[in-house]
Amino acid sequence: MNNDVFVIAEHSDAGLTDATFELLGAARRLADAWGGQVVAVIVGNAGVAGQLGSADVVVTVDAPADYTSEAHERVLAGQVTSRDPRLVLMSMSTQGLDLAAALSATCDRPLVSYVVGLEPDGDAVVATAQIYGGKIMAEVVVESQAAICAVIAGSFPADAGRGAGSPAVEAADAPALDGLRTTFVARHAPDAGDVDITVADILVAVGRGIGGEDDIELVQEFADALGAPVAASRPITDNGWLPKSRQVGKSGLKVKPRAYLMFGISGAPEHLEGMRDAELIIACNTDEQAPVFDVAHYGTTVDLFDLLPELTERASA
Amino acid sequence: MRIAVLLKQVPDLVEEFEIDDAGTDIDREFLTFLLNEFDNQALEEALLIKDATGATVDVVALDDPEVDQALYTAIAKGADRAIKLTGANGDGWLSTHARAAVYAGWLTGESYDLVLTGVQAADDLDGQLAPMLGALLDVPHVSVVVGVEAADGTARIRQEFAGGAISELDVSLPAVVGVQAAGAEPRYAAIAKIRQAQQEGNVDEVAVDPPAAASGLTIRRMYPPEKSDRAEMLSGSEADVADRIIALLRERGLVQG
Ligand SMILES: Cc1cc2nc3c(=O)[nH]c(=O)nc-3n(C[C@H](O)[C@H](O)[C@H](O)COP(=O)(O)OP(=O)(O)OC[C@H]3O[C@@H](n4cnc5c(N)ncnc54)[C@H](O)[C@@H]3O)c2cc1C
Repeated sequence: MNNDVFVIAEHSDAGLTDATFELLGAARRLADAWGGQVVAVIVGNAGVAGQLGSADVVVTVDAPADYTSEAHERVLAGQVTSRDPRLVLMSMSTQGLDLAAALSATCDRPLVSYVVGLEPDGDAVVATAQIYGGKIMAEVVVESQAAICAVIAGSFPADAGRGAGSPAVEAADAPALDGLRTTFVARHAPDAGDVDITVADILVAVGRGIGGEDDIELVQEFADALGAPVAASRPITDNGWLPKSRQVGKSGLKVKPRAYLMFGISGAPEHLEGMRDAELIIACNTDEQAPVFDVAHYGTTVDLFDLLPELTERASA
Repeated sequence: MRIAVLLKQVPDLVEEFEIDDAGTDIDREFLTFLLNEFDNQALEEALLIKDATGATVDVVALDDPEVDQALYTAIAKGADRAIKLTGANGDGWLSTHARAAVYAGWLTGESYDLVLTGVQAADDLDGQLAPMLGALLDVPHVSVVVGVEAADGTARIRQEFAGGAISELDVSLPAVVGVQAAGAEPRYAAIAKIRQAQQEGNVDEVAVDPPAAASGLTIRRMYPPEKSDRAEMLSGSEADVADRIIALLRERGLVQG
């Protein structure tokens, strides 16, 4: 094992993800503390290597352009095993959820998921993870010191990883990709939807605390009085109570309205990823321990069924 | 087609969490346990495949707190068989590495075409079960899945990405799938049917060896998030709170008048 820190770079249709730069910034502190290098690994898209200026080394490996867990896992396992860095950083994205635990098993390295903080401690890494939907923090040390950490998006500043530089670019040999049992078929863009919630000044957001489809109307009435669209957490769109285009969060949209008003949303990390930068966040949740109160500016534990009619009345006045 | 759905119990996240005396785990004594919500989605997806193809659906769990309830409920919803693997759970948290090792050992002697489980669980600190199990069994695995269509020997899988983009993939079976959301809202089980399943008591218990695998992690401490930058709480009646919220919006010019 050497003292390097791997960053698994990710690209979407819009280029390298912000999370990639967040990881690069976090990797720098750790690599400097250990006297190692920041090695960015990019699978199947060598063209973006020039944007990874804050790494010391960029390793590019050929792979089919369309992502499949099986091909990427084989490529990454090869790199992790042969270069044997002290730490591998991945994002808790779809790829992270697909690959991190598989690499943990294949490369026999412990994995910490849901990481929001990373500190060096001698030769080891101390990771702080957010578990139980964000209700509990766990401070974890990896005994063997050769670890993988899967990091929640937004945990580190992306700017710290956007430095300009001219890292050495190494094209690594791709492993044999024969015998794959997974075939990419097609990619579908998300439906555009009737309303663009990313441009609204105010959003009224509803979560599972609403209980049933019929009561969405209560939220809609308040939103109408404000002239704001209704946004939602994932269970609401999964259940088909509102269109998918209203979903905020990791697998929904990122929004930054001037005010984000939340009713019956617990504040799971996957939801917070999409709205934590809103200018004003007000949350209504009957559970005073709900993690949503860690990011909201104002909160109330009043029942949403009591509060919403009062709000609608005042907003319509 | 034979489908196994792996179920796990997790604490109800709406409850108050306390840390144990050692400061390194949650105190489970007074918590209520529920089926991991994503495992419930996995079960629904399996039942939808059964409805479409006549596949058999077995639900499998370790000896987690209050797990029998989840198994009987699954039977009431239409699962064909419930299996509880006993002897693997210790006193506290059972890592995903340990769970994956137990399941990999047991599944090797079975012949399932598809293994479905939730994409993640509230306490899977050391990683997610589906990809780990796929790697241990050396079968293809796909996670963050929102749809599975299975036909002899292959499955067409819909995998979701940031912003809601979808990839369609074909995998050859057997395969392990981490389900994010089923194609329909999870069905409810009639209480009478759950009672009936309970009375019939047909959960097959299979003893397994305690897992040798461990997470490799040392938890130094667990704590609730720091209170320092928590929200300012608005107190009073719902009318008082509504007045304050409207005033906050008005100050910012977001409500007229
Ligand atoms: C890969 C992945 C991607 C995901 N992407 C997203 C995403 O994009 N967006 C997203 O939102 N989630 C996403 N999730 C799901 C996320 O993990 C949570 O399950 C989800 O955010 C929970 O939604 P919720 O807060 O509405 O429901 P819950 O967590 O069930 O919370 C409901 C809340 O309502 C409160 N409540 C109940 N009754 C009342 C009442 N009468 N008055 C006031 N409050 C009440 C409760 O105290 C509770 O806190 C994703 C998960 C995964 C694994």
